[in-house]
Amino acid sequence: MMSDTRFRRIDEWRWEIPPTGGMRVPGLLYTSEKLLKGMGADEGPRQVANVAHLPGIVKNSLAMPDMHWGYGFPIGGVAAFDLDEGIVSPGGVGYDINCGCRLMTTRLRLTDVRERIPALVTALFQNVPSGVGSRGPLKLSQKEERQVLVEGAAWAVRHGYGTAADLETTEDSGVMAGADPEKVSDRALLRGKDQLGTLGSGNHFLEIEVVEELFDETAAAAFGLEPGQICVLIHSGSRGLGYQVCDDYLARMVKHVGEIGIDLPDRQLACARLNSDRGRDYLAAMACAANYAWTNRQMLMHRTRETFEKTLGMGPRELGMRLLYDVCHNIAKIETLPVEGKEVRLCVHRKGATRAFPPGHAAVPQAYRKAGQPVLIPGDMGTGSYVLAGTQGAFTETFGSACHGAGRVMSRTQATKSCRGRSIPREMAERGVIVMASGRGTLQEEIPEAYKNLDDVVEVVHRAGLSRKVAKLRTLGCIKG
Amino acid sequence: MGYRIFDHTADLGVEITGASQEEVYAGAAGALFDLLTDLSSVRESEERTLTVEGEGPDDLLVNFLRELLYSWNGEGFLMKHCTVREAAPRRLTAVLRGETYDPARHRIRMEIKAVTYHQASIRRTAAGWMGKVVFDV
Repeated sequence: MMSDTRFRRIDEWRWEIPPTGGMRVPGLLYTSEKLLKGMGADEGPRQVANVAHLPGIVKNSLAMPDMHWGYGFPIGGVAAFDLDEGIVSPGGVGYDINCGCRLMTTRLRLTDVRERIPALVTALFQNVPSGVGSRGPLKLSQKEERQVLVEGAAWAVRHGYGTAADLETTEDSGVMAGADPEKVSDRALLRGKDQLGTLGSGNHFLEIEVVEELFDETAAAAFGLEPGQICVLIHSGSRGLGYQVCDDYLARMVKHVGEIGIDLPDRQLACARLNSDRGRDYLAAMACAANYAWTNRQMLMHRTRETFEKTLGMGPRELGMRLLYDVCHNIAKIETLPVEGKEVRLCVHRKGATRAFPPGHAAVPQAYRKAGQPVLIPGDMGTGSYVLAGTQGAFTETFGSACHGAGRVMSRTQATKSCRGRSIPREMAERGVIVMASGRGTLQEEIPEAYKNLDDVVEVVHRAGLSRKVAKLRTLGCIKG
Repeated sequence: MGYRIFDHTADLGVEITGASQEEVYAGAAGALFDLLTDLSSVRESEERTLTVEGEGPDDLLVNFLRELLYSWNGEGFLMKHCTVREAAPRRLTAVLRGETYDPARHRIRMEIKAVTYHQASIRRTAAGWMGKVVFDV
């Protein structure tokens, strides 16, 4: 049964949800006939319509092709708000603030290290803290933690975890301005002090991949990608600190949302005006969590470099593990974007959506400026990932945004049920993927069929002009929490 | 345990039934910790009293579970037993018994990131009371 939300097909890749009731703007879904059918009774489309109720929303409430039922906002949702009339919503960012991906390239070729993949996966599993409640290599003092929250990834580099070059290829150089640790609760600080440098659990992972196919050789060359090359993809976020920031502010906003005269179709959409103290405080705390996440991924990358060097007996030069790019996919940002031919400053919420800025944009690192911003799209653990490049189409149509992954189709309980009597590690090994996980249930919840087909999702953003396909990578080894 | 899991694409929905509101609140607390760990491995060596406030019964349910989740995520407390002493529309007091997490004896089944407001409710039914909540996992 399909969700009862009504659609109007615009073209092969675009479906509109015409405004009804309290919707201020139409919903717009980027998807395909096949993906839409596959969503079944998923409530995502209704959530796209719910987001359209929020004050100050500009143009459309958008959904990417990996969209699925979240809480409040759908996962894969994008919405932009006017700075005077509009709101910011912690639920439109998500609990895992600045959850994101980081892709590193190496000088290694599959032919050189094929036999060493099992040893690398085992060593990574031992060296990179993962799983529920895992602790990192550091126990931060309160002063250090506050520095992390303000400085972001540069803090890690300053303390020997990586190099200054890493910052050049991190979105926003790994630091969000406006971070104020005074706006972060003691609870959040407590949860953050010993989790820096940990992967987390659930769908967070660290993967060894090989570049399998190039679609755009010029962009691939600019990104430093070659067929047969070994790469590493990290997917992690702001850990307990970020969850707590979201939780704290959501509770505050739920309590006061009535006062600002906003009628919400779902309490999880609780929000505050962007030009209010409550809204500004959230953005200052959210920036802290975003900076924590960038520091976290920087430290995870450093640990990965060390592990590769030690396991393979190589120096840093020989290994050449370079950060291709780091993007966040759970965030709210103040950005200047074109709306009806005018440049406007907006607060863009991307909840399970990736920034995809076009060629020539000043925010794109110099080396990639002709190609466009790298957009990293992880898939399920048995498949691999895509590297795309941002486009002008995304800039003008979707507030510079594209999809963020394959998107779940199966609930975790359904996935676990379908695993009865199966050995997931063995099935993955038969596909040529070595997996190791801390949690017993994680692999079952994360089986490939629990996700949409990554090729189908990426095809939509490519064909709709929201990003261009550059390369496809195949998974060789995966560690999960 | 008087709860069942309902399907939600990314997250984990839980429905709790009971003869009274108090039973539903206590059952929701039990469900949270049953999802987190094997309760048979948890001893009742520590007692805590928890009081939370809310705008109404639905809000109270979310706030109660948020506090319990923090007692785990922030303080490492695993609850085995919960008695709800008072469940007024805007205030809830519960006595919790359990112990501090010991990695040698307790296995943690999953990470629960948060208790969401999405679809959270507590209602009277023909058979008694039912609570509903979605965890972000």
